Amino acid sequence: MVDFAGWEMPVSYSGVLEEHRAVRTAAGLFDVSHMGEIRVTGPGAEGFLQRMTPNDVGGLVPGRAHYSGLLTERGTYVDDLLVYRLAPDEFLLVVNAANAATDLAWLERHRNGAGDGEVEIEDVGESYALLALQGPRAATVLQGVTPLELKELRYYRFAPGEIGGHPALVSRTGYTGEDGFELYLAPEVAPVVWDRVLDAGRELGLRPAGLGARDTLRLEAAMALYGNELDRATTPFEAGLDWVVKLGKGEFLGRAALVAQREAGLERRLTGLEIVGKGIARHGYKVLADGRQVGAVTSGSWSPTLERGVALAYLPPRLGEPGTTLTVEARGRQLEAWVVRLPFYRRPAAEKE
Amino acid sequence: MYPEDYLYSTEHEWVRREGEDLCVIGVTHYAQDELGDVVFVELPEPGESVEANAEIGSIESVKAVAEIYSPVTGKVVESNSALDERPELINQDPHGEGWIAKLRITNPEELQELMSAGEYREYLESGG
Repeated sequence: MVDFAGWEMPVSYSGVLEEHRAVRTAAGLFDVSHMGEIRVTGPGAEGFLQRMTPNDVGGLVPGRAHYSGLLTERGTYVDDLLVYRLAPDEFLLVVNAANAATDLAWLERHRNGAGDGEVEIEDVGESYALLALQGPRAATVLQGVTPLELKELRYYRFAPGEIGGHPALVSRTGYTGEDGFELYLAPEVAPVVWDRVLDAGRELGLRPAGLGARDTLRLEAAMALYGNELDRATTPFEAGLDWVVKLGKGEFLGRAALVAQREAGLERRLTGLEIVGKGIARHGYKVLADGRQVGAVTSGSWSPTLERGVALAYLPPRLGEPGTTLTVEARGRQLEAWVVRLPFYRRPAAEKE
Repeated sequence: MYPEDYLYSTEHEWVRREGEDLCVIGVTHYAQDELGDVVFVELPEPGESVEANAEIGSIESVKAVAEIYSPVTGKVVESNSALDERPELINQDPHGEGWIAKLRITNPEELQELMSAGEYREYLESGG
């Protein structure tokens, strides 16, 4: 167990590699109850969130969720988050555990903007436990314990349902690059639902999975992690998250800075590296081109699927061409690396919705 | 868990004496458990001279990288090349098939500074 933002969490149950493979080939069940939840309600909620986030909340109908962020005036990340529209005037923001308090204060501070109308902001993190069921067999496993028609629940949609008789908000989302679900539950029923889902999936290869596999899975899928790829010095454009930014939707916090950055061009962009031969690049290692430092690894690990070291690093765009060879300095050793297109892993198209 | 006829270092390596001046070294169960799934091992080269407590290689797991320190001074006679193909032997059998290297030791008195199995268990219980 490790301490993660005040939560006791298992790094692994049966080994990171085994859990990782289970998620890629069958299914894995994660306890991610540490994630923070913030409820934003009221007639002014939509206008407020439009102003506070770069994605288009106006286009989000109840029953749908999208990926977005909280940005500073400089267009850099306070946090990245999911926005769920529960009802026309009711939203649920799912935020990083370590940032939840900061996000709440940030939202409160910006609440009294011009013409928002009435907005309530509430920390509801204690009201939700969150389980993530991920993998190509996730839908089959879950369908065995819920009457909810999962075929109807497309990617980034959610619906209230029941799992083993207990109420749950079932969301077709995840952080692994596989098909899967995130299950929002009352904390008191979470242990029962955990056992029920595990029992239902055991024959299908479902395994409990911990933080270690969560990290290798999200890295292969090139999904950003706050604190590694995203921080208050990084914009969505630099992180390759251009699709999250809807400049055409109107004013929002950070918009002017992002427009200026788009015009000026990027000085650095998130880039994928594969290590050639033996070796693993890890967080903080220097990336060199012709002997000079050009960036640093933000996340790096062994990729169980590709069976080699993979890493993310912010590099000048001129070095972003796939096939470009670079060097990573690993504790005095020089590792040869080349630039690859992201993501490192994409799930087979046949299994997509 | 920890063989009684082995000696142990504070850096979580073990030493098994094979003869007058021949020793086999490896990393302990505790070390492999802390590291998790091992994916690469960088081994010392046969013929290399090593000093006690000096780095002689490294173990990379999915989670982390750890240096291997030689618990004794000597010359590498052989390293466990099976680990190139099957690094997971360190997880599966750290005190046996997952051995790291065979050394011809030059300073047998150093062995007296290492811990017995009982002392090592106590060391782990007191927080390693």
